[in-house]
Formats: sequence, C-alpha cells, structure tokens
Amino acid sequence: MEEALNLDMIGAGLIIIGAGFGLGKIGSAAMEGIARQPEAAGKIQTAMIIIAALLEGVAFAALFAV
Amino acid sequence: MQKKNVAKFLLACLLMFVSFNSQAFSVKEPQEGGDAKVNTEEEISEYIDHHLADSHYVNFFSDGETGAHYGFSLPVILWDNGLKVFSSGKFHHGEDLAVIDGQHYRLYHSKIYKTDAEGTITYGENGFPANERPLDFSITKNVLYMLVVSLLMLLVFGGLAKQYKNRSVPKGSGRVLEPLVLYVRDEIAKPNIGKNYRKYTGFLLTVFFFIWILNLLGMTPLGVNVTGNIAVTMALALITFFIVQFSGNKDYWKHIFWMPGVPWPMKIVLAPIEVLGMFTKPFALMIRLFANMTAGHVIIMTLLGLIVVFQNWIAGPAFFGFTIFISIIELLVAFLQAYIFTLLSALYIGMAVEEHDHHHPADNEDIPVL
Repeated sequence: MEEALNLDMIGAGLIIIGAGFGLGKIGSAAMEGIARQPEAAGKIQTAMIIIAALLEGVAFAALFAV
Repeated sequence: MQKKNVAKFLLACLLMFVSFNSQAFSVKEPQEGGDAKVNTEEEISEYIDHHLADSHYVNFFSDGETGAHYGFSLPVILWDNGLKVFSSGKFHHGEDLAVIDGQHYRLYHSKIYKTDAEGTITYGENGFPANERPLDFSITKNVLYMLVVSLLMLLVFGGLAKQYKNRSVPKGSGRVLEPLVLYVRDEIAKPNIGKNYRKYTGFLLTVFFFIWILNLLGMTPLGVNVTGNIAVTMALALITFFIVQFSGNKDYWKHIFWMPGVPWPMKIVLAPIEVLGMFTKPFALMIRLFANMTAGHVIIMTLLGLIVVFQNWIAGPAFFGFTIFISIIELLVAFLQAYIFTLLSALYIGMAVEEHDHHHPADNEDIPVL
C-alpha cells in the first residue's frame, strides 16, 4: 500500500455528519415550531431555509478545503 | 379548450420523460465482454469530467464505436499579439493543431496552448502543462448558453412588460411568469430590503430567472452546466458584493468598523471579523450555487454510470428509478438554489440599506437585530 490512510475522506465524512446533524436539528425545530403555531408556517419556513442555506454554505466551503 | 390544454400537458410530460431517457442514452453504450469493466469505469469518470468542464464545442452525442461527434463547433477568439478569430472545428476535437499566422495552437483538455509544429506539451513540476497560453475570449459552450438565456429572457420579459400597456391581465407565457415575478417582489424583495425595494427588484428578478432557467436547462440532455461553473457563480456573487457595498449607508459602515453598543475593546476585536464577513458572504453565495449544481450533475451521471458498470437486470431498473427520483429532486433544487441566491442577496442588500431609527427604538421592535 502506497498511501497508508487517506485522511481527506475521513474529514469529508466528518463534515457530512456535522452538516447532517445540523440540518436535522434545523428541520426538527422548524417542524415543532410549525406544529405549535401553524399560522406562522410561512415565516418559519423562510427562516429555516435561510439558516439551512448558511449551514450548507459552511459545509460546502469545508468540503472544498478538504 | 380544456382538452387542448390537457393534451399540451401530456406532451410536456412526454418530452420531459424522453429527455430523462436520452440523458441516460448519452452515456456510452456498454461494451461487449467482461474484460472491459475497468475500462468502462474510467470512461464514465472521464465522461463526467468532460460534462462538468467548459468546452469549445457543443456536443450532443458521441458515437463510441466510430468516434464520431454530433454537435457543432464554436468560434475561438484569442488575443495573442493581435486578435485571432477562427472556428474551433480546426482543432478536430483536440486531434489536430490549429495553425494561425504561423503560430501553432493545441486544444488540450479543453484549454488552448501555444505549441511548436509537433504539438508538444511540456509539463511543469506540478504536473500541469507549462506551455504558454494565449488570452482566451472564445465563445465557449457556457458563454453560448448564457447568451441564449439572456436573449430569451429579454424577449419573454420584454414582451411581458409590453403587455401591461394595453391590458391588466397578461396572456400566454406571462400567466406563468407574472406570479413568479410578484413572488420575488413581494416575498423576497419587499420584506428583506424594506422601503427602497423597487430600486433592487430589477437585479433580484434578473438574477433569479437567470439562475433558475440555467439550472433547469442543466436538467435537459443539452449538456448545459453553466451554474456548475465556479467562474459564472463568482461573477454573479461579485455583482451582489458590489451592489451591497455601493448601496451601504452610514449605519452599515458604522456597524462594520465601529460596532455600536459594545464596550470599546470589543469594537477592536469585532472590526476585523466584520470586514472578513463582508467577503465571506458573497464567497458563500458563490460556493453554494456552484457546489449544489455540480453535486447534482455528478450524482445523476454517476447513477447512470452505475447502470453501465453493473450491467444486470436488478441494478439497471433500480438505478434508472433512482435517477428519476434524484432528477425530480434536482428540479426542486434548481428552484431552491435560485431562490436562496436571490433571498440572500436581498438580505445582504437589506442589511446594507437598513435605516436605524435611534430615537424611537420601540417602533421597530419587530425588526430582528442582524
């Protein structure tokens, strides 16, 4: 074996785990919020998408650094 | 009337299905014999790389056996001690050298290099070609599609705008576009920018439809991957960056360099962070759109490639179904990314032009502090 261990792939996996966890939390919180106050669904959805997009941006930036 | 519309809808569905299918067929046909397996994988990976890169040709279909390409050549425009314009057909897909005014040019991995008469490419220490490159202003595949989409938008939206002179209700394609235009204005521009939203709505609408149409074209078998090109998304993000910086008011700059409401040692710490934030915001816009679209194209083409790799009756239909599933998700992503780009642009512009009423803090309680 020439390359003993490719740490890049582990890093990419860690990023995906982190991003997945974060997106899950955003989604669950938004769901809960909508269930509690269905009339605010539109506002919650917009905020959810913004935060998800910001998280996604960080995750992609990290993936490109890897 | 009703029946006609239903027929039109069915035709559209059929066309969409055909386009999914022909995308599948555009991956090379599997080769006979088992020993070709490793070769096939390399071929698929090469095919995907080729799809993601910009090109001097528009290539609809390649015949794997005869090596024939079906498509058309695009003009090459070089600046190399004077303007040089010729057709990319002279390269014969990288097989031949183009000789213009005694200078040899070679197309090597979709990039044009200056070479000697034999077309030698010398490699530098980092493994990349060290040959000199002329300044390339060519109308490449991406440029062509951008021009086409711009022209299309000019015609469609110009026509839509003209309709309002005579009638209050649009007809034809305007009926689809009007709600979208209103959506961008009322749901994206108005709540995020505030009072002066009209000034920026034009930009937001342009960017929204430009990205959305290009994303959707990426789902057709034309081989479009414009928004999956980092140079394109960088240009779009730079426009947002400049609009934000030039429309920033006194409060915006004050919040960057001398944040009010925190103790003074904190202000010194915050200033560099805020300055960095000025650049990371458009950077994130650039990366987000580019990475999302590239990832989508790679996933779809990899799944299609897996059909060719496995070559059996279980994997074939399974990956075909999975490809359709991902394609439908990609249709959603195409809209979502255009929406996100526009929404975040509006948000950043809103942060720059927001007016802070310092005397009556109770009046703007519902404005979130960003």
